[in-house]
Amino acid sequence: MPLNNRIPAGDLDTKWEKYKSTCKLVNPANKRSIEIIVIGTGLAGASAAASLGELGYKVKAFCFQDSPRRAHSIAAQGGINAAKNYQNDGDSVYRLFYDTIKGGDYRAREANVHRLAEVSGNIIDQCVAQGVPFAREYGGLLSNRSFGGTQVQRTFYAAGQTGQQLLIGAYQSLERQVALGNVTMYSRHEMLDIVKIDGKARGIIARNLVTGELERHFGHSVLICSGGYGNVFYLSTNAMGSNVTAAWKAHKQGAYFGNPCFTQIHPTCIPVSGDHQSKLTLMSESLRNDGRIWVPKKQNDSRKANEIPADERDYYLERRYPAFGNLVPRDVASRAAKERCDAGYGVGASKQAVYLDFAAAILRYGKIEVGKQGLEHVSEADIIKMGKEVVASKYGNLFEMYEKITGENPYEVPMRIYPAVHYTMGGLWVDYELMTTVPGLYALGEANFSDHGANRLGASALMQGLADGYFVIPYTIGNYLADEIRTKSIPTDHPAFVAAEKEVFDRINKLMNIKGTESVESLHKRLGKIMWDKCGMARNEKGLQEAIEEIRALKKEFWSNVRIPGEVNEFNPELDKANRVADFIELGELMCMDALNRNESCGGHFREEYQTEEGEALRQDDKFMYVAAWEYKGDSQFELHKEELVYDVVHPSARSYK
Amino acid sequence: MEHYNMNLTLKVWKQKNAKAAGRFETYQVKGISSEMSFLEMFDVLNEQLIAEGKEPVAFDHDCREGICGMCSMYINGRAHGPWHHNTTCQLHMREYKDGDTIVVEPWRADAFPVIKDLVVNRNSFDHIVQAGGYISVNTGNAQDANSLPIEKQKADDSFAAAACIGCGACVAACPNASAMLFLSAKVAHLAYLPQGDVERKERVVNMVHQMDKEGFGSCTNIGACEAECPKGISLENIAKLNREYMVATFAGDR
Ligand SMILES: Cc1cc2nc3c(=O)[nH]c(=O)nc-3n(C[C@H](O)[C@H](O)[C@H](O)COP(=O)(O)OP(=O)(O)OC[C@H]3O[C@@H](n4cnc5c(N)ncnc54)[C@H](O)[C@@H]3O)c2cc1C
Ligand code: SF4
Ligand code: FES
Repeated sequence: MPLNNRIPAGDLDTKWEKYKSTCKLVNPANKRSIEIIVIGTGLAGASAAASLGELGYKVKAFCFQDSPRRAHSIAAQGGINAAKNYQNDGDSVYRLFYDTIKGGDYRAREANVHRLAEVSGNIIDQCVAQGVPFAREYGGLLSNRSFGGTQVQRTFYAAGQTGQQLLIGAYQSLERQVALGNVTMYSRHEMLDIVKIDGKARGIIARNLVTGELERHFGHSVLICSGGYGNVFYLSTNAMGSNVTAAWKAHKQGAYFGNPCFTQIHPTCIPVSGDHQSKLTLMSESLRNDGRIWVPKKQNDSRKANEIPADERDYYLERRYPAFGNLVPRDVASRAAKERCDAGYGVGASKQAVYLDFAAAILRYGKIEVGKQGLEHVSEADIIKMGKEVVASKYGNLFEMYEKITGENPYEVPMRIYPAVHYTMGGLWVDYELMTTVPGLYALGEANFSDHGANRLGASALMQGLADGYFVIPYTIGNYLADEIRTKSIPTDHPAFVAAEKEVFDRINKLMNIKGTESVESLHKRLGKIMWDKCGMARNEKGLQEAIEEIRALKKEFWSNVRIPGEVNEFNPELDKANRVADFIELGELMCMDALNRNESCGGHFREEYQTEEGEALRQDDKFMYVAAWEYKGDSQFELHKEELVYDVVHPSARSYK
Repeated sequence: MEHYNMNLTLKVWKQKNAKAAGRFETYQVKGISSEMSFLEMFDVLNEQLIAEGKEPVAFDHDCREGICGMCSMYINGRAHGPWHHNTTCQLHMREYKDGDTIVVEPWRADAFPVIKDLVVNRNSFDHIVQAGGYISVNTGNAQDANSLPIEKQKADDSFAAAACIGCGACVAACPNASAMLFLSAKVAHLAYLPQGDVERKERVVNMVHQMDKEGFGSCTNIGACEAECPKGISLENIAKLNREYMVATFAGDR
């Protein structure tokens, strides 16, 4: 099937307006008889389910946690971008659009990104109206800060808990629709397959995680808002339950998977402390507003951080990228940290860490406070004390989190940080309307491949999730459902439902009956190691080929030797995990194939064979200016389709942050 | 940080499902690193149980960074364990020493029935929110965000209340199993903001009514909730709730 991205004709900055005023509509009476299934209640899913409920559709929303409020979006720390230009610092829709396209290393679609920038302001308005308590200035107006890859202050935030506050806002709107009877919520449920009838998505098979029962649910349309798949690496900043299963099942039912190898490795995370490590904790990018990153100038320097004088410290980001300094995009910052550690300048016991230092910021803020309060003859100790209070008001919860995990006080000694898997730009391929290649099946939020190209800028995932759910899908889905108003609800004893349920049932029983010797966890860890070593921050042809072989072998081992305790018809977290890890293994293989196919470096995808003399990513625009959309063709068989990327407005150039 | 390993005895509540009777099971774990998190210690236990062909212990968790509110262990008689302002997932093993015995139970409250082992059902919290824990504003209805300035202090107070993670430790810590701290945090979050004004009276009355219906106990001002709350939700929120409730019911103009 040829890929049609359905980008409307016309000028870039009028496409969306035009689309909105010409797309088909569903009248209110018809909406009441149309059912929509939403998988996931993170920012994307909760905002979509609430908004569609408000419009009058009958919505069923699913999440695997015990409450929709606990989706992984809750953990987002730093902030959300919007082109409000409240700071009068030269921001505009065009600039946000441009920064995002450039930050993504020219591998995203212009039309989608422009729409994202256009609706970004509405998101902030909507959230404030819901009661999201963003940070404010003394005058009562909203406060902003900077994130990487930009030179303006356009990031809105609520301390280090922005995701929490945004999700609570969306969750409350969702619960309001539940109370009104427009949304039915299914928590502790996991979608395990898509049901297709006559080629269209018509429902799902879900497992009730409390009783273990399989359930069939009909929908005129299905929305996958299931988040990202960073946990394919085992260790990541994602929540423990984050998984690819919903998206992967959709893929196996015909939805193409876009740019699976595009992974974001976040530069500032707490380093691994030992083999027991179950997840990694992010230290928000917002810290790079005030923290300075450095390593000792001397290799294998064993002195403590505070014993190393200023002139023996290498502030390598400021040195290499004077224009953006510590605020270069994530992919650039991560590779630079890896480069220093690989060269022997790493710090801490493992030597796989660099410092993120707040001493200068504490002093600076302390002095500003002294000035503000008009004090005189203040001792340095008092200045530092005041500075610490200011830093605490900005990042207090992050500093506390750091101390709980490491036992070190970051107000006194610099944080130790190292890059970790954080976000996946890849995901289900969608057209301009967010529809996958399966009619009636949509993907929103991190689950789709959409707007971030080969590297996402900080504070843009929250923006995209909410844009998709609040402001895009309510329009685009109508354009499809307008032609479905004559479709009556299909009873779930339809043969397609029966067959889909049987397939899920058989697979679960097959898993349970392996009764091998190795736990799901240990197999997952092994997958993660292959992925991190060979498909992580740096990739090369030989490593990727080996990884594919190793993953195939691991898959065999999984299906012949996994041990899942307990029973099918009960609350069984090990079985839930096994279902997810089985899918991660298949995805891992595709990620490596995609990385192998892409003979260039761009954004977070760094192929060692393609770099400049200074070690920067080297794109091959003549050969790879496309979205790689993979079609599932059977076990380990994938066919590549290309969506050419056309740049009408921005002229791709080598990204420079110097 | 000084690093060390330890052997521990765990007494853990095991309960097959909501209907079955539960009991404590005793386990030994060896070589636990002081750098592990409490839940990573449980991972070690479960891996060991799986290897021995036994059933692992079911427990809730997701973010493991103290924000989703999923984890919920009652550790040596304290909700979320001994650390102040802390969730179970952020408790680290350097708190313990070699040879310690640790007793772990689920949240205990009628409104939080056990699902399995340490996992409980907290849907009652969602029901309380459904009763009014929101501002009724449909998507697309909003005015420009800066057209409504809000005093910084009020915004900060609202945020402090909105920081509640809905974990239920306040209920588990309370001898009456009252949900007042959770409920008050939501009421206060919205009551500090001008956007929340319109529905202010209805909200508080309906939410309090729903809380009673869910089978939570009543508040007798013990304060155990505040002491164990991982997010430092203050008792002042309960005072605020009471004022809101008084105004809403006294005026009689609902
Ligand atoms: C620690 C951390 C900090 C971050 N900070 C920021 C930030 O400051 N700014 C920013 O812009 N971005 C940030 N991000 C990225 C951002 O948080 C995510 O990309 C975004 O929240 C994803 O939202 P989502 O709605 O797509 O998915 P999620 O929030 O991951 O939600 C997924 C939902 O799908 C459900 N689900 C999944 N699979 C199934 C299934 N099979 N069946 C049923 N339900 C299922 C889950 O239960 C959940 O409800 C951060 C990410 C991390 C990890
Ligand atoms: S008030 Fe505190 S203890 Fe209670 S649910 Fe909220 S965060 Fe948990
Ligand atoms: S696991 Fe999320 S708060 Fe503990």
